[in-house]
Amino acid sequence: MSLLLDHVTKRFGKFMAVDDLSLAIPESEMFGFLGANGAGKTTTFRMILGLLDPSEGKITWNGKRIDYSTSPQIGYLPEERGLYPKLKIKDQIVYLAKLRGMAKQDSLKELVYWLERFKVPEYENKKVEELSKGNQQKIQFITAVIHKPKLLILDEPFSGLDPVNVEQMKEAVLELKESGTTIVFSSHRMEHVEELCEYLCIMQKGRPVVHGSLKEIKRSFGKKNLVIHADYDLSFLANSHGVIKARQTAEGIHLQIAGEKTAEDIFKEIAEKGFVRKFVLEEPSLHDIFIEKAGASYE
Amino acid sequence: MNNFMTILFHTYLSKLKTKSFIVTTIITVLIVVGLANLSGIIDFFNKDSQEEIAVIDETGELFAPISEQLKAVNKEIGLENYNGTVENGEKAVKEGEYKGLLILSYDQDELPEAIYKAKSIADSAIPSELQSVLQQMKTQMAASQINLSPEQLGKIYEPVSFKQIALEENAKTEEELNQARGLVYVLLFVIYFAVVLYANMIAMEVATEKSSRVMEILISSVSPIKQMFAKILGIGLLSLTQMALILLVGYYSIKQNLSSMEGGFFEFFGFGNIPASTIAYALIFFILGYFLYATLAAFLGSLVSRIEDIQQMITPMTMMVVAGFMIAMFGLNQPEASFVTITSYIPFFTPMLMFMRAGMLSLPVWEPILGIAILLAAIILLAVFGARVYRGGVLMYGNSNSFKDIKKALLLTKND
Repeated sequence: MSLLLDHVTKRFGKFMAVDDLSLAIPESEMFGFLGANGAGKTTTFRMILGLLDPSEGKITWNGKRIDYSTSPQIGYLPEERGLYPKLKIKDQIVYLAKLRGMAKQDSLKELVYWLERFKVPEYENKKVEELSKGNQQKIQFITAVIHKPKLLILDEPFSGLDPVNVEQMKEAVLELKESGTTIVFSSHRMEHVEELCEYLCIMQKGRPVVHGSLKEIKRSFGKKNLVIHADYDLSFLANSHGVIKARQTAEGIHLQIAGEKTAEDIFKEIAEKGFVRKFVLEEPSLHDIFIEKAGASYE
Repeated sequence: MNNFMTILFHTYLSKLKTKSFIVTTIITVLIVVGLANLSGIIDFFNKDSQEEIAVIDETGELFAPISEQLKAVNKEIGLENYNGTVENGEKAVKEGEYKGLLILSYDQDELPEAIYKAKSIADSAIPSELQSVLQQMKTQMAASQINLSPEQLGKIYEPVSFKQIALEENAKTEEELNQARGLVYVLLFVIYFAVVLYANMIAMEVATEKSSRVMEILISSVSPIKQMFAKILGIGLLSLTQMALILLVGYYSIKQNLSSMEGGFFEFFGFGNIPASTIAYALIFFILGYFLYATLAAFLGSLVSRIEDIQQMITPMTMMVVAGFMIAMFGLNQPEASFVTITSYIPFFTPMLMFMRAGMLSLPVWEPILGIAILLAAIILLAVFGARVYRGGVLMYGNSNSFKDIKKALLLTKND
């Protein structure tokens, strides 16, 4: 019972948008899609939704192909926000929910709940064009979740939101996950993925470069970060054995090292030099992994 | 099917409620009512404005008969025998006391001649009225000079009897042709305007949904083909609503004005005994024509990403409608021209031309049937092709406004 992508490839003419992507996304999980612009995230989503047909391979949801008969079970927040600018919020939510098989009374009730939850109950009778971009985003999110989908696809859900709204939205997403919704979402923001997702996939030019559970990915990456703060010059560490990258900071140095063994060596070395105010060995952040795997092309 | 109806009624109702639709409908209805009551409106403004013309009658004989005759044809022009000099008369005209100054005299053949002086001669209604009265006068006088009796004179002016009879069996009689021409003319206009107006509306609707990016949500819940046809039908319903309203208002206001007229509304337009088949053809070709152009418009609309580009995109389509209309207008006088016959089988022209031919000529039944079949085939072809382009087109964004994009859109939906 899950979303399966089986050796999916999508070509547009000669251009390879998605190349041999295989994923298994378990039910009630949150799955993160990372990738630079043009990595093939949106194309993958469109294939999952059945808007585009894969050139090769197949995509199934609970063993079935996703098509218009399953559309009431699926929620979609597109990357480019889209609502009728001249229509009242109420009318458009009711219309779009109806197309997902929801009766008018139900969708109105749900709408009130969600508007209150996002602390904007007064928007019910406003037109979309009167709202700020962030608030339009909330309405867009409501259209994606109002019919209680089993599978929710969020393409860049947090872009363009202020921190308070990001928190509100994150809470809502987590709650949906708790209630059993399978969620696939893409983001540029590593910290969001790191915070929310158990499983993730990093795409690079249509190819999945890393995928699996967050813990495993971090473990198998091997490299770790070492942060040292001291009152004397630490720049000599940059040339030590096992140091891959070094960056001077105001209070000390930030190193990327090959493994724990290197940290031990460095610890011994600087212990003789003098007092160290901070010495922390950190797991690699997703950001580091992304930069390494998806290349310097990222932002 | 359920979603189909949802989109259909959403399109219909939301368009129905827009200000622009309501305003256009009201304006059109007002214009129709205005046109129907035009003579009444003109009369209202001209009620007590009898135009006074000063007449200097140098002959001393012409004034009385002329003013009598004029009274018989036009009560709005009053003649007054002016006793002053020409200079005084001119001055009076310049000061606005009289509308104009008419100087009557005899020429060397003792026949009337006249000079008309007015502030400006832009208004041609009064002088031409005066001229025709004088012309009659002159004819009578000239006739009596050569001793023609009024009966003889009548004979000269009697129009020649000239009847046209079609020898081919089933061919329409002259009277029938005239009736048909009237109806065909009116219906051609209806088809033309409906196609231009509502096809535009559809293209606009699709482009709006695309440019506001709501399309991506829509196509993830409902298939593009369903959407496209729901929209076409929705707008079609809208067009019928609008036209029914206008026709109804037009019918009643004309009827009211003609209540005294014998035979009523349809006689008045010469629609008295139009064969039912002409009406049926009008309906069929109107509906098919609408579908053909609506499908084309929907798929053209799906190719643009900004509303500003839509006009550019559908201009070729509009040109096609205009061309069809022009040929049809030309064909009204020469419905049998081979050029018209050939073009009536080209799908984009069929709705207007085949209908015109079916209405004007007595075609063998297979001809309009063939036309309908060609039209149906074209619609199906265009729908299948259009739906594929639509499906890809709505996912395409960027600076797209050329016909190359059709290829790109098709590529998007291809499976490999």
